[in-house]
Amino acid sequence: MPDGAAPVLAVSGLKTVFRTRGGEIHAVNDVGFRLRPGELLGVVGESGSGKSVTMMSLLGLLPSPPAEVRAGVVLFDGRDLLKLAPEELRGVRGGGIGFIFQDPMTSLNPVFTVGFQIMEPLRRHMGLDRRRAAARAAELLDLVGIPDARARLADFPHQFSGGMRQRVMIAIALACDPRVLIADEPTTALDVTIQAQILELVRDLRRKLGMAIIWITHDLGVIAGIADRVMVMYAGQVVEEAPVAAVFANPRHPYTRALLETIPHVRGQRAPRLKVIEGQPPILLAAPAACPFRARCAHAMPRCAAENPALRAAGTGHAVACHWDAPAGREARHG
Amino acid sequence: MLTYTLRRLLTAVPTLIFISFVIFLLLELAPGDPLADQPLTIPAEVRERMRTAMGLDAPAHVRYWKWLVQFVWIEPQVILDGWLGTGLAAGEERILSWQFRAPVFDIIWQRIPQTLNVVGIAYLVGVGIALPIGIVSAYRQYSWFDQIGTFVSMVGFSVPTFFTGVLFIVIFSVKLGWFPSIYDTTLRVTDWSSFLRQVSQMIMPVAVLALYNAAQISRFMRSSMLDNLNQDYVRTARAKGMAEGTVVLVHVLRNSLIPVVTVIALGVPTIFAGAIITEQVFKVNGLGQLLITAIQANDLPMVQTLAFVFAGLIITFNLVADVIYGILDPRIRYD
Ligand SMILES: Nc1ncnc2c1ncn2[C@@H]1O[C@H](COP(=O)(O)OP(=O)(O)OP(=O)(O)O)[C@@H](O)[C@H]1O
Ligand SMILES: [Mg+2]
Repeated sequence: MPDGAAPVLAVSGLKTVFRTRGGEIHAVNDVGFRLRPGELLGVVGESGSGKSVTMMSLLGLLPSPPAEVRAGVVLFDGRDLLKLAPEELRGVRGGGIGFIFQDPMTSLNPVFTVGFQIMEPLRRHMGLDRRRAAARAAELLDLVGIPDARARLADFPHQFSGGMRQRVMIAIALACDPRVLIADEPTTALDVTIQAQILELVRDLRRKLGMAIIWITHDLGVIAGIADRVMVMYAGQVVEEAPVAAVFANPRHPYTRALLETIPHVRGQRAPRLKVIEGQPPILLAAPAACPFRARCAHAMPRCAAENPALRAAGTGHAVACHWDAPAGREARHG
Repeated sequence: MLTYTLRRLLTAVPTLIFISFVIFLLLELAPGDPLADQPLTIPAEVRERMRTAMGLDAPAHVRYWKWLVQFVWIEPQVILDGWLGTGLAAGEERILSWQFRAPVFDIIWQRIPQTLNVVGIAYLVGVGIALPIGIVSAYRQYSWFDQIGTFVSMVGFSVPTFFTGVLFIVIFSVKLGWFPSIYDTTLRVTDWSSFLRQVSQMIMPVAVLALYNAAQISRFMRSSMLDNLNQDYVRTARAKGMAEGTVVLVHVLRNSLIPVVTVIALGVPTIFAGAIITEQVFKVNGLGQLLITAIQANDLPMVQTLAFVFAGLIITFNLVADVIYGILDPRIRYD
């Protein structure tokens, strides 16, 4: 992707907290990233690292209360989404930005036909009448590879398999030709062969339609296959961001290195024990004042407890939030 | 669905026959003499002749069989005769009330309008206010509206109708003199002023029963809405850019109504049976009151018939509830 192109989506200084009985949970702390047109940005990080909350914050999809987006700027189409009136924001949801969620079994409304659910955004955002919306819905189902699309519009979600339902979700997200598609672990709930099919479908759709994609996943293997750039999140912060090749060849953050080591090597003689990252992510009752990873880090130094590292440049298009200067290559083991 | 309904109807037949037999046996075993109300001065042999005339000398199984034949064969013919002007049941012996010396069904038909006017309308009013209250309470959970709603339905639910009924009478009839305390069943609505009198005498019993029904159903509606508001498909609908009104009143409501409509259908028989006490309090001479006086007078044919009609209504509306469930929820397939 050309590095100079103006981003379709530019996020900076995003902070989201949850007000709970036990206190405020600082789920997203000063997150920023840029998404260029047509680019696929992979977002990785352990469970609870704030990937979903970040993306939902962009479009105001978190339930409020308890969620509160405290600060940040989300520029899309020259407008700050965080400052839009509710009605304008609804125009962006499903219009300029499409969303796919993790669990296709529960993400569709069980009592409405699939056709109705695909036609809803078409009628809402594109103002199509019933007939034209139905025609377009059939096209979309066809596009996402559902055979006999026109007839299946009248079917209910329970008449589709999990993989087929995720295809329907993709059709809904793509209905209004969005410029950005946010996919929150879209294949996690599916079995491996279906996962591969969905990945292939998205790669194919990206070639055909050219939208930018944010792809959230736990699976670095998936990232390696489809992403242009990778953003690694930990404890509600971005700890590393780089082109995909650089992340795999030259990871700079100890957490990224540890994540890479958790991938089992298929080609190894006998796969050694699956590696895990020792320790727990911190509970975010306050915005971290020190490096949140230091308790699990082999390279922790006194400075890590005193100062939360800010993102700094570490090569072309490569940024890392760490005080430690990692040697080049990924061989140097942490710990 | 049709075959399912027919099959359910067929299996209902043995159930109903069994119920009728149990009712008969229970009444047979109950103490009490239908002639107890007659003056003690009646000589013994006259009493015997009266027993014979009432068919009491026949063995129990003969009397049961006779009642059953009258109920399922002769009485339907009488109804047909009434509609079509035929003479199918001419000369046949109908189920006679001992207390009124008149056919049981003639009296029941006379009483049904009173019950439907008061208790039926109260049910409709109850449902009509319960649904919006439940929806708003759930959508604005823990708001002052929800708190008040919770309190009022706790009261409505836990305070028995004979108490609220008497309370209403004391306040609105005795103290304020707004409404009559006794329901005048001889009132005929012929003009505007008699219509107003009819309305004013209906207000209190309807209010008492509607409060009770609304308390229950609004709680159901609220919890069903709350269950659904947290579902993933709601987030999907929002991510498609649907307006809040559409999300709540189309996506969530349609799902939430499935169990609630079932509860409403199951509650319909209580219109006839459960209002016994309220009818007593306000002196509405409907079916509930008919049953009470029949029990007091040892009018066995009347008690037996009414009890069986109630049982039949309960079975019918169970079936209705199941069928509605199947219609509302596309995932249910009865076949
Ligand atoms: N409704 C909520 N109330 C309170 N805290 C929440 C809520 N939703 C999320 N959080 C907090 O936000 C943090 C980030 O959650 P998020 O769902 O973004 O994680 P994630 O990176 O998407 O994880 P996963 O990979 O499991 O989806 C969690 O640690 C959690 O404590
Ligand atoms: Mg998530």
